[in-house]
Amino acid sequence: MFDFGILFPAVLNGLTTGAVYALVALGLTLIYGVLHIINFAHGAALMMALYGVWFLRQFLGLDPYLALPPMVAVMFAAGYALQRGIVNRASHGKDENILLVTLGLSIVLENLALLVFKSDTRTIDTPYTLATVAIGPAMIAVPKLVAFAGALVASALLLWIVRGTDLGRAIRAVAKEKQGARLVGIDVDHVYAMSFGIGLACLGAAACFLLPAYYVNPQVGNGFVLVAFTIVVLGGMGSFAGALVGGLLIGVVESLGGLWFGESLGQIGIFLLFIAVLLLRPQGLFGARA
Amino acid sequence: MSTPLNRRRFVAQAGATATALAFPLVGGAQPKPVRVGVLHPVTGALAYSGQQCREGALLAIEDINKAGGIRSLGGAKIEPLLGDAQSTPAAGTAEVEKMNEAGASAIVGAYASAICLATTQAAAKYNLPHIVDVGVADQIVERGLKNTFRFSPGYTRCAQIALANLHVLNTAAGKPAKTVMIIHEESLFGTGTANLLARELPGYGYEVKEVVKHANPTRDFNNIVLRMKAVNPDIVIPANYYNEYALLVRTMQQQKVTPKAIYSVLGGAASSYKFVKEFPQAANGIIDCNHWFNPKDKRAFDLKKRVEAKNLFYSYEVFLTYTAMRLLADALERAKSTDRAAIVNALETSTFSDHFLPYGPTKFVNGQNTGAQPLMTQVLGNDIKVIVPRDYRQADPIFPLKA
Amino acid sequence: MNAPSPKRDLLQIALFALAVAAVAATARSGVLLNFAMMALYGCLMAQSWNLLGGYGGQFSFGHALFFGTGAYAQAIAQLQGGLNPWLALPLAIVAAALAGLFFGALSFRYGLKGSYFALVTLAFAEVFRIVSLSVPFTGAGVGLMVPLREGAANLQFADRRGFVALALALVVLGLLATTWLRHSRFGAWLQAVRDNEDAARAVGVDPFRTKLGAIGLSGALMGAAGAFYVQVFQYIDPGIAYGPHTSVEALVAAIVGGLGTLWGPVLGALALHLLADLTRSLFGTLPGINMVIYGAVLILIVMFAPRGLLGLGQSVRQLWARQRADAAAAQPREGLHG
Repeated sequence: MFDFGILFPAVLNGLTTGAVYALVALGLTLIYGVLHIINFAHGAALMMALYGVWFLRQFLGLDPYLALPPMVAVMFAAGYALQRGIVNRASHGKDENILLVTLGLSIVLENLALLVFKSDTRTIDTPYTLATVAIGPAMIAVPKLVAFAGALVASALLLWIVRGTDLGRAIRAVAKEKQGARLVGIDVDHVYAMSFGIGLACLGAAACFLLPAYYVNPQVGNGFVLVAFTIVVLGGMGSFAGALVGGLLIGVVESLGGLWFGESLGQIGIFLLFIAVLLLRPQGLFGARA
Repeated sequence: MSTPLNRRRFVAQAGATATALAFPLVGGAQPKPVRVGVLHPVTGALAYSGQQCREGALLAIEDINKAGGIRSLGGAKIEPLLGDAQSTPAAGTAEVEKMNEAGASAIVGAYASAICLATTQAAAKYNLPHIVDVGVADQIVERGLKNTFRFSPGYTRCAQIALANLHVLNTAAGKPAKTVMIIHEESLFGTGTANLLARELPGYGYEVKEVVKHANPTRDFNNIVLRMKAVNPDIVIPANYYNEYALLVRTMQQQKVTPKAIYSVLGGAASSYKFVKEFPQAANGIIDCNHWFNPKDKRAFDLKKRVEAKNLFYSYEVFLTYTAMRLLADALERAKSTDRAAIVNALETSTFSDHFLPYGPTKFVNGQNTGAQPLMTQVLGNDIKVIVPRDYRQADPIFPLKA
Repeated sequence: MNAPSPKRDLLQIALFALAVAAVAATARSGVLLNFAMMALYGCLMAQSWNLLGGYGGQFSFGHALFFGTGAYAQAIAQLQGGLNPWLALPLAIVAAALAGLFFGALSFRYGLKGSYFALVTLAFAEVFRIVSLSVPFTGAGVGLMVPLREGAANLQFADRRGFVALALALVVLGLLATTWLRHSRFGAWLQAVRDNEDAARAVGVDPFRTKLGAIGLSGALMGAAGAFYVQVFQYIDPGIAYGPHTSVEALVAAIVGGLGTLWGPVLGALALHLLADLTRSLFGTLPGINMVIYGAVLILIVMFAPRGLLGLGQSVRQLWARQRADAAAAQPREGLHG
């Protein structure tokens, strides 16, 4: 129905867009996998990170890619503090309460941003914002290619942390069996906070890769939340490889769906896939059967 | 807390307290001030536009009060009752109730069509005059509500004028453009405008090759631009909000897609000083049919300077709401009273002309000012210039755009 | 956890209805009447969610699915079916109930529970939202507008009191349904399934049909809320109908009030509407502050009332009871210390 000249670029577009989705989902899947909470504040946290990148660029002239180390560090600290200070204390261990706390947090964050940063949309200008690279018949924007590379590196890094470090072992232990982990001396609260921190740190990275091709305003996070949830489920809750592959897949599905059914109706592809996975293979592509 | 909550008393007390504390008082004077509700979505998805509208309203009130207030009421000042519609019709309605009880003589608001539909209706119950500042949906003034007045044009009028002018421009240039691609946002304003255009364009001899509907928000326009490359339309007509418009045009620039013209109807970023400032290259040459001010009227530029001095952009929300408030002040002068029925009557018979919008003589028919019209602008030389109609022309249009 | 007798519940419901009716009848303030109407509308949604989430233990993130179905059914029945809105209302409720049964069956048939169930309901609502943006008979992106024709016969009351009465009637229906649930065998089965689905199955309860019944009932109430919205605001579009706003409002009010209780949803909806109204009134100048406070208070409520506001009341009562018991136990000593 569409010739190669259109399909090929569409698939590449999907892959690069999906890479950013994957970066957002990586953090969410870790938070879900370990804390078993659906983090409603994920979108708002992404928004705060985007503002962070914007300010670093605007006032320190820092290139968004060079802003990766400080953003990751700051978001990690913020995540640790938020989880330890608010989410953990308010939850009393009940699922429904954690839900409300993260929801309340997202309301607070979004409106604090509105109050402090005002409502206008902000963008940054970098020398490479408009640059493109030709890959066959496709012209792919440079920021998107960098985002793609970034997603691969981030996934690899996270996989290494979780498999190759002591912290990672502790995280896996807590994710699998909280009481058992506590019994062998693991500080569960600390692990929870570390996981939440790493989850938000991923958002810091995602923001650095996203802003050159996008924009920021107080509501910007809302557009990514549902897609992120879809990817987490598709890939398998708690699986990084799943978040990466899921993100790329969703990006392509969105792209092709848009091509065939129009950009508005095409969004349906994402959710139909979401529903299909939930019904037929709820553990996702890479998740273990619960 | 030794007695159980008496729900009734609590609610009553809360209501009274709320009403008393409800509205931040700004200004005040000897003759009893005229209370006017200023209702906009200043939080939520529409926060930016709502805040711009509110700014316009407050500037107008400042000017009116500084010039001596409402003379026929003994110099009574206007006292704004600020309300937040929170980007939903339900919150807007609740604010109308509060404003009614706080003694508002009129309401100016509420920017978004869906919210206006609800607020005008709520106000109608009390015959509270409600001036719609932006709200372009035609249904707003088609329900026979006596209290509803809209000074600026609705989207049908804008679309019709845009079409007629497109034909004029195209014909004058030797008819270089034949094919059109419409890109619109998926909700009320975008869909309504697109439907109208798609229906009427063939009548003028244009082929609508494709109509693309996209979501709010859309995170990426690469595929739509890809389709554009494939379809290769002479004219691209976008009808969407600022963020999506900006992203679309930037993506077009990035992918080096240059149609013969980008011709917007109520384009979100098409006649936006913010967009021109931030993306001069992408904005260059874009034509828009949108709300605009009379470029030959110095007052319009005076206001622009004041707005920019506050580090804000001079957007249509500001000058439309500013003028709506002045329309109200004029009606108050003629009504010589704060009685709602008198104000409604004054608005109905209004011939308000002391404003800087490029409208014909003011005449309200069923609540719509028949003199209202949009203007065609084009981004030229890093500035927004009016190109059509001739009476307001600041620069000759460049159509088609040279690649 | 034994519920008190049905007679006591019914008595409380009657008192509640009388109190609200008295307020509505005597109130002269439009603000108060509008508040009462919106709070009752919120109660209805919270009750709906509570049936499935509180008593059934199935948390849904997509209750907007039922809201929107009821709303569109109400609008379409009038606009395209030419039906009188009083007749459209039961139709809308049935449509929403059917949506509940269908999607409930789909989800439960595939064994979805917990977060998976929550997320799939969210996805269903989103699919409906996207589809209704493109389908002509829902008006696509333009939405549907029910013409303004005030009059009781047209279910569009010029006087807010009419809507308050309608909302109250629907809330009372919800309360009665909840009461029935608390004292019926079906309700016992549902709570058994909530507490431990496998154990329930072991004693002969059919979890599938039980949960299905709950979601059908829940859908019906939410659909009523949707139809109510259409009658009050006369305009519906895909965002309002199927957007996450109503899903969130329903679940927050239910949880804040107290899950699995009769009055929790009522208390929760009332508290949240009061909070929203107060913050909006007190902090009108700087946009955003009101919502920051709203969110902060929400977090605080959860932090200090983990079993909901109703649970807070119970905890306080338990505390007094213990204090009184301690005081009583301390009595015999008074002679020693003169």
